[in-house]
Amino acid sequence: MSILSAENIKAYYKLLDSDVKAVEDVTFSLKTGEILGIAGESGCGKSTLAATLSTVILPPLKLIDGRLITEDGKNIFELKEITLRRKIRGKYLALIPQSAMNALNPTKKIKDLVIDAVKAHYPKMPKEEILKNSMKQFAELGLPSRVLESYSFELSGGMKQRSIIAISSLLNPKVLVADEPTAALDVSTQQAVLNLLVSLKEKGIVQSIIFITHDIAVLRQIADRIMLMYAGMIVEVGDTEDVIFKPLHPYTQGLISTVIVPEPDIKEKVLTGIPGAPPDLKNPPPGCRFHPRCNFAMPKCEKEVPSLFSKSGRIVRCWLYD
Amino acid sequence: MSSKIILETKNLTKVFHSGLLKKRSLVAVDNLSFNLHEREIISLVGESGSGKTTVARIILKLLPLTDGKILYKGKDISEFKKREELINYWRHVQGIFQDPYAPFNLFYKVDRVFNIIFSLFQEPFSKDDRMKMIESSLKMVDLNPRDVLGKYPHQLSGGQRQRILIARSLIVNPEILLADEPTSMIDASTRVDILRVFLSLKEKQGLSIIFITHDVGLAYYISDRMLVMQKGQIIEEGKVEDIIANPKQDYTKKLLSSIPTLSKKWSFSERIGTH
Repeated sequence: MSILSAENIKAYYKLLDSDVKAVEDVTFSLKTGEILGIAGESGCGKSTLAATLSTVILPPLKLIDGRLITEDGKNIFELKEITLRRKIRGKYLALIPQSAMNALNPTKKIKDLVIDAVKAHYPKMPKEEILKNSMKQFAELGLPSRVLESYSFELSGGMKQRSIIAISSLLNPKVLVADEPTAALDVSTQQAVLNLLVSLKEKGIVQSIIFITHDIAVLRQIADRIMLMYAGMIVEVGDTEDVIFKPLHPYTQGLISTVIVPEPDIKEKVLTGIPGAPPDLKNPPPGCRFHPRCNFAMPKCEKEVPSLFSKSGRIVRCWLYD
Repeated sequence: MSSKIILETKNLTKVFHSGLLKKRSLVAVDNLSFNLHEREIISLVGESGSGKTTVARIILKLLPLTDGKILYKGKDISEFKKREELINYWRHVQGIFQDPYAPFNLFYKVDRVFNIIFSLFQEPFSKDDRMKMIESSLKMVDLNPRDVLGKYPHQLSGGQRQRILIARSLIVNPEILLADEPTSMIDASTRVDILRVFLSLKEKQGLSIIFITHDVGLAYYISDRMLVMQKGQIIEEGKVEDIIANPKQDYTKKLLSSIPTLSKKWSFSERIGTH
């Protein structure tokens, strides 16, 4: 069953003279109890998609088209701001924005932030009760209770990120959208953060997680399915192992082949990379947005945008699989 | 290794003092000794705060050292004090840094970064000669001069900018390149091009490179030897193949096991609650 389904989402940055087509025609469904990984390079629309999904659509970003359907069939984009604030944000859908740990207010203790966050949803709940609940939640997630009494600058990077994750999951949201939660962390702290996310799901605090990253090797560790984006569009969706070991789309093949890991056979491998650079989204190339860099480009690719084709349980946007 | 040692550090130590009356101190680099041979790429690997960048800055003489010696071809570099001596040293030892965006002024064309190096090193070349030098060094980093010269920084990708900066440091024909996390801000698909540039500079131009990174995978791919740093000290040193195959120190083992790879999947259920 799907807990969240996105249908044809289009979100553009409105500029004076043109639009930056950052998210174009994104359709996917998130199942209950799964971790969906969204991967892609910088500028492919991952973070714009995260902002759109969590309904934090601030100018110049504008939602052009699309529906976001909840479990009980409501379209989130049609709800009023006040309902969004009361019922959706933080409760149904919570976002951990990129580099959120750097945004912790250094003059406030973590417990004050917790109280603020909960009071926004339950204005009448007494402080003691909020603190008691949060202490329980923090303990369950393996965070020491001294964290609540600390200022943000007293915590290490990994600790800050884990506190942020704990705070965003306080109200037991059904869907957690994590935008690059492990960027700028060392590998051992990264592991701790990934552990935390998995345990959030396993303990039933959140139901499903959308994990956004540029690091495919991280997705291999935690994601059940991977969705790859290129230049604002979905190029491939499939089970993690299928996508990594049998990539279909030429872009996925290129991207997987550039993953460098410390394993004996990587030294013999000739890494080729992908020639060229991602397109300018103000003026994306016609047809398939990847065709200028693609080795398999056909005349058709320059003219028509491929639709999402289904191939043995996977979805791929490429004319090769028509 | 049979080839000559080009750079040697002996008991390198750097202590940062802070606080009132400089009472607090932090040992950033602790008694570090290593050699760099000709035509060799070594990697300094470690987590944040292990002192990798401090080592680079000391070798580039951007920071004074507290104790120890750095010998470049047998000469102690702390004796270089005059401007001419320093410039002469920088002619042989050049650095490339993490951020390929910062060195460019967005109001000027990218060609300007080359002018800076010509004026610093006061090369008495005519305009045509300069152009030829720029073009030949751009070719060394696999860039077509027509694609990049005369453009503004925002028209180029991060990978292209980083390669321009590498080309700039090649203008003075250095013998040693210090690359401090040169690919950490660059996407996976273009990162490979930069790594290839470093490998070809070693093969074709005979450069020695000190590659500083937190990514053990990159270090393994690019370098001949690897130095694992923790808290300012080198805790393990050796050929990359040996370290990856059988790490000796516990820290190295832990570091290697926490790197996500494609072939193996971690089992989370055993680990939950251990942190």
